[in-house]
Amino acid sequence: MTVLLRTEEVHKAYGGVRALDSCTLEVEEGTVAGLIGPNGSGKTTLFNVITGYAKADTGEVYLAGQKITNVTPDRIFALGIGRTFQLTRIFASLTVLENMLVASSRGNAAARRRAMEQLEFVGIAGHHAELAGTLSYGQRKLLELAYVLVADPAVILLDEPAGGVNLSLVNHIAERIRELNAVGKTFLIVEHNMEFVMGLCDRVTVLDSGAVVASGPPGIIRTDPRVLNAYLGEDLDPDNPGEDE
Amino acid sequence: MTGTVSRQRAAAGLALVLLAAAAIVFPVVFSSPVITNYAIYALIFIAVVTAWNMFSGFSGYISLGQAVFFGSGAYAVGIAARDWHINGVGVFALLPLAAAVGAVIAVPFGLIALRVRRHTFIVITIAVFFIFQLMAYNFSFTGGSVGVAAPFLPWSPTTFNDRFYYITLGCAVVAVVLAVLVKRARFGLRLRAIRDDEDRARGLGVRTMRVKLAAFVLSATITGLVGGVWFLYLTQVQPPSGFDPLFDLSLVLMAFLGGLGTISGPIIGALIIEPGQLYLTIRYTNGYLSEILLGALFLAIVIFVPRGIVPTAGEWLRRARTRGKPAVPPASQRAPAATGLRSEEPATSDEGRSRLKRRPGASGKTERAGR
Amino acid sequence: MARQVYQAIVDGILVGGVYALMAVGLTLIFGVLDIINIAQGVLVILGAYLSYSLETRLHIDLFAGLLITVPAMFVIGVAIQWAFIRRLRGRERTSMTLLVTYAVALIIEGILYEIYGPDPKQLNASYVQSSVHVFGFYLSDIYLYGFALALVLIAAIYALLYRTGFGRSVRATMQHETAARLIGIDVNRVAALTFGVGVAVTAAGGMMFGATNAFNPNSGYDLISRLLAIIILGGLGSIGGALAASVFMLTLESLVDIWSPEWAIVVFYAVLVLVLVIRPTGFFGRPPVRAQ
Repeated sequence: MTVLLRTEEVHKAYGGVRALDSCTLEVEEGTVAGLIGPNGSGKTTLFNVITGYAKADTGEVYLAGQKITNVTPDRIFALGIGRTFQLTRIFASLTVLENMLVASSRGNAAARRRAMEQLEFVGIAGHHAELAGTLSYGQRKLLELAYVLVADPAVILLDEPAGGVNLSLVNHIAERIRELNAVGKTFLIVEHNMEFVMGLCDRVTVLDSGAVVASGPPGIIRTDPRVLNAYLGEDLDPDNPGEDE
Repeated sequence: MTGTVSRQRAAAGLALVLLAAAAIVFPVVFSSPVITNYAIYALIFIAVVTAWNMFSGFSGYISLGQAVFFGSGAYAVGIAARDWHINGVGVFALLPLAAAVGAVIAVPFGLIALRVRRHTFIVITIAVFFIFQLMAYNFSFTGGSVGVAAPFLPWSPTTFNDRFYYITLGCAVVAVVLAVLVKRARFGLRLRAIRDDEDRARGLGVRTMRVKLAAFVLSATITGLVGGVWFLYLTQVQPPSGFDPLFDLSLVLMAFLGGLGTISGPIIGALIIEPGQLYLTIRYTNGYLSEILLGALFLAIVIFVPRGIVPTAGEWLRRARTRGKPAVPPASQRAPAATGLRSEEPATSDEGRSRLKRRPGASGKTERAGR
Repeated sequence: MARQVYQAIVDGILVGGVYALMAVGLTLIFGVLDIINIAQGVLVILGAYLSYSLETRLHIDLFAGLLITVPAMFVIGVAIQWAFIRRLRGRERTSMTLLVTYAVALIIEGILYEIYGPDPKQLNASYVQSSVHVFGFYLSDIYLYGFALALVLIAAIYALLYRTGFGRSVRATMQHETAARLIGIDVNRVAALTFGVGVAVTAAGGMMFGATNAFNPNSGYDLISRLLAIIILGGLGSIGGALAASVFMLTLESLVDIWSPEWAIVVFYAVLVLVLVIRPTGFFGRPPVRAQ
């Protein structure tokens, strides 16, 4: 399996705070990779660095072997990396369909049709003429997912796609991800929902304080004491972890 | 559904035709130069406010420096006429120059000003405005505080006003048509996306700087042209009139009153405010009262009609139409599983993959019947 | 020639102090309320007129009169914020507040015209014309007093911000309004009081401005443009930046004035534009990571 997305020894500090510390991560083509870690461990920062919203102090990011470190977000988009945001960012005063058209490269009838297909795929096509500002939280998450698909990216970075939504929607989203993965899309997903991650991902990487603590198949990661330490703190006896999930 | 839409379209089309007819015969009906003077100024402002709205209303970058282009257009025509010794009707051939000057100034202006945050952008436009006003005072080729005078046109007052009426009408029509085209095109969509969330737009592949700059230059070109026309009408320009801070403020007020980002908003705003303002200027030659009133009007608008007349009126209409009907119909009226998301949820992956064959509208329509 | 240059520098620094007084209020308001108070220019003039009336009608000394005008302007500031600005919310807040303050400025200007008429006035006192001769330079008394006043007031503001509970609330609100709300800070009160402080400072600035320039209600335009240029240069929200930028810009203008008085004013704005090309956040500005 070839490695499609790779970060190498990425450092990023904000003032005195080390957000990313020697962060090295690999995502193989066609897989669904998970990225977990306690709050503040640097997951969103890593996303920001990969997608050009933040500059890496040192280190490199590679896409299919090509160096893409510190490339601007619009170039990243053009190179085939799509990304959603943890706090949904949509264009509230445009209709749902118009939101989709902002990202597409053309505005003609074919593009509109394609946008409608994508809206249908995620499940909000019925709202295409409504202002995006009136969508519910769950619907916005789906719109975020739809945006990402517009450019038909090869790699999709999802930042907490299942955060704060009800159970049926979580499953719906997971299904969509599986379908997209089935046609060859590669995913890197940040999530706190353990069931979601463990059920969906081929490989899970754990970040703590900006550094990679563990990386492997979900079953192994689940019981790795380093992971438990990262989430629950050093004081806890790894043989008796207490509540989890 | 389609019946209502086409009826609405027909009504709008008819209204437009009537409006056009009225506009064309206006000077014939009201032939007094005093009245056509009001109309001309109203049309000038319609054109300029529409142009301003095309950039600032859509993108959200409020510019208080539109007078830069207006005054530059005016001076361009005046200086060219004077230095190239152009007289009589030939002077109108200089109008494209005014438009070009507006565009040429807007490019570096925009490249500098559009890189910063919105707060700072507004202030830069103010700063550049003052720079231009000061340059007009200080440079010799602009005639200093005396300014520049337009060549004499051998027309009678009534003919003069009538002809300028049609010229400014033409400018206003061009501005509005361009605004409609921009709004309909994806260009306009991208501008509005920038207004909502510029960074996100950039992240989705929009070349924000180019889009903003294009709109800025377009807006400047129209404004420069109108500035040139205004100069020929008034037959003179001086620094305080060509670069008048109240000009910028008035046009922003008109745009806000009408509604930012709409097409008819600037028109309505200009039609309401400009005649009143002109009247006050003529009546009370010491413009203090007009200042107080302008300011008070601003505040009233902000407090009572903050989104502008057109959007607020639209909302009132919508509310009146749906009065008494609940926003979400009770469960008994709704078709099963016709609530938002679930209506589109494919039951199985097979259905999902056959989405091309499925009509998207079915359950969506029942859900919307109750709104 | 060299003497002229040094004198210009000294003049520039002293005048810069006066401008700093007015600019600090403006940048403070921006830092806390996230709005640009266009009315600041005309409020300075209002302060000048108040001092003028106190002096001509009641023969109260300019500096003593501050004891009345500063609280008065504070109240006016709070009233403006409470009446017009408090209710502005939403996406358009930036542009709306700008226009609202512009509108308020127009109204105040119009009222001043009605009351005082368009003829220029100037504040007078025994020390306005006199100057001190130090090391061969002329330092006019009024500017010295003004500079001292500026330092005192700026120090007072610093003390307010960094030594008091209220100041802590202000700084918290500046950094993260929602978080401040969550820990129980009455953000509305902080906003109103900060606006009041920002305007109160203009009373002092107005008195100084009126003592050193002839003014009429129209003087507010030029003033606000300069103040805006200064606070942008110094970085929106940075008090130290406002002080530094005031001194810098006024000194620069003073120097250019030796060579050409007309162009001195243009230089003011040209520098603004130039700096923004190189460094869009100003000298001391914070990078645009404003949390909501």
